[in-house]
Amino acid sequence: MSSMLKVKDLKVNYGGIEALKGISFDVEQGQIVTLIGANGAGKSTTLRAISGLVKTSSGAINFLGRDIIPFNAQQVVAEGIAMVPEGRRVFDNLTVKENLKIGAYLRADKEEIEAGIEDIYQRFPRLKEREWQLAGTLSGGEQQMLAVGRAMMARPKLLMMDEPSLGLAPLVVKEIFSIIRDLKSEGITILLIEQNANAALRCADQAYVLETGRITMSGTGAALLADQRVRDAYLGSTAR
Amino acid sequence: MWNTIFPYLLTGISVGGQYALIAIGYTMVYGILRLINFAHGDVFMVAGIVMVYMAASGMPLWLCIPLVLIATALVGFLIERVAYKPLRSAPRMSVMISAIGVSYTLQNLVLYITGGLNKDYPAIPWLSESITIMGATTKRVTIVTPFLTIALVVALVMLINHTKIGMAMRAVSRDFETSQLMGIKINSVISSTFVIGTLLAGVGSILYFTNYPTVIPTSGAMPGLKAFVAAVFGGIGSIPGAVVGAFIIGIAENIIKGLDIILLKAGVTHSMLGLATFSDAFTFALLIVILSVKPTGLFGEKITDKV
Repeated sequence: MSSMLKVKDLKVNYGGIEALKGISFDVEQGQIVTLIGANGAGKSTTLRAISGLVKTSSGAINFLGRDIIPFNAQQVVAEGIAMVPEGRRVFDNLTVKENLKIGAYLRADKEEIEAGIEDIYQRFPRLKEREWQLAGTLSGGEQQMLAVGRAMMARPKLLMMDEPSLGLAPLVVKEIFSIIRDLKSEGITILLIEQNANAALRCADQAYVLETGRITMSGTGAALLADQRVRDAYLGSTAR
Repeated sequence: MWNTIFPYLLTGISVGGQYALIAIGYTMVYGILRLINFAHGDVFMVAGIVMVYMAASGMPLWLCIPLVLIATALVGFLIERVAYKPLRSAPRMSVMISAIGVSYTLQNLVLYITGGLNKDYPAIPWLSESITIMGATTKRVTIVTPFLTIALVVALVMLINHTKIGMAMRAVSRDFETSQLMGIKINSVISSTFVIGTLLAGVGSILYFTNYPTVIPTSGAMPGLKAFVAAVFGGIGSIPGAVVGAFIIGIAENIIKGLDIILLKAGVTHSMLGLATFSDAFTFALLIVILSVKPTGLFGEKITDKV
């Protein structure tokens, strides 16, 4: 296996505050890699730095052998990295179908885009039923499916997901994680950020713990799940 | 009675169409940048002045018209790039102040170029010919304006609802960051919005100045303000709202201009009351009423808190 994404000593400053104090991690092709950590640990900042939404102050981000630090958000998408943003952020003034179409904004292959939309509908039949509805009328879970479908429409090599379970009912959270596993089984590489450490570690091949801008622990999902420090800090005493 | 009202109504509809073409620019720019582009009325005036100088250079009018439209769109594009784009992440107030600055810059620039003289707008042959319709004598432009306006609005709505760039415009108007994550170049989308808005103002300017034959540096101020009120009335950010608002204001204003004569002929009053004076006041009184009663206007988007 080869590393698809290599982040090395990445630092990001937000108005004088060092949000990332030099983090390094790798995402292997075909794996689910997760970054867990508390609020404000720098998880979202990491994804935003990779996707070109925030400027990095130093360090390297290498994707499939290319340095993507100088790339803006559009160029990063064009390289094959798509993001499911925190809070879903579907375009509530666009229809479900338009939301999917806009995910394929950089693609020009009209027929294949249509076929791609059909694929998404097969995966999420509820979206098909609501094809012509405005995305703002969907439930939280449906919006999350739409946000995943929209990101898939870019045909990403790497899919980044920012807190996909945030604000969703437990049953829906389960569904979202089963979707994440499905995507992996189809060969999509996933970089997942979660506060729901338990669920994230269960499906992750590789995991990193982020604390106030630094990576403090790393290991396979299973190893971190068994680690007493992780259990105490992120899983609570009831986690099994 | 009808014969008295009809000419005012006719003019009102035509003026409404001209306001609508300007108002769309305000509402589109607001929709995407949440900015009141105070320079928009002045771009409308610049379109007039460009036409004056192009026609004076001896260029045939059929060539002037498309060139004026291109020049106007270019002015809109440049204003955005020079005065608004560098302030993309600045507080909204800064951008607004920049817009006011652009407005005065354009006015003063034109004042300098024209030397403060009234410039005669060229008479466009077919448009400025007089015709008689149902007993009212008017210029042909009065009849053409509402139809042209509606045609352009329909085309614009189609563009926004059924094309890729239109979809991108709607997406960008809702969420800059997520739009970027889709690979949309938001700066080009914003530029297209300015180009479309100023292009329509350019068309509006040709129609407007055919009726009001001189251009001065402040020519854009009043129509610009009226169109702005129309956009707020209709619900700023909404294109149909701006169009409906513009027609209502145009018609109401012109009915008020003729109110004295209408009332006199109807036997309601027996002397001229000078009500025409209030035609402008009406528009701005309307603005105050809307802002206090229904700030989101007729078709305005509801303000929802983003979570």
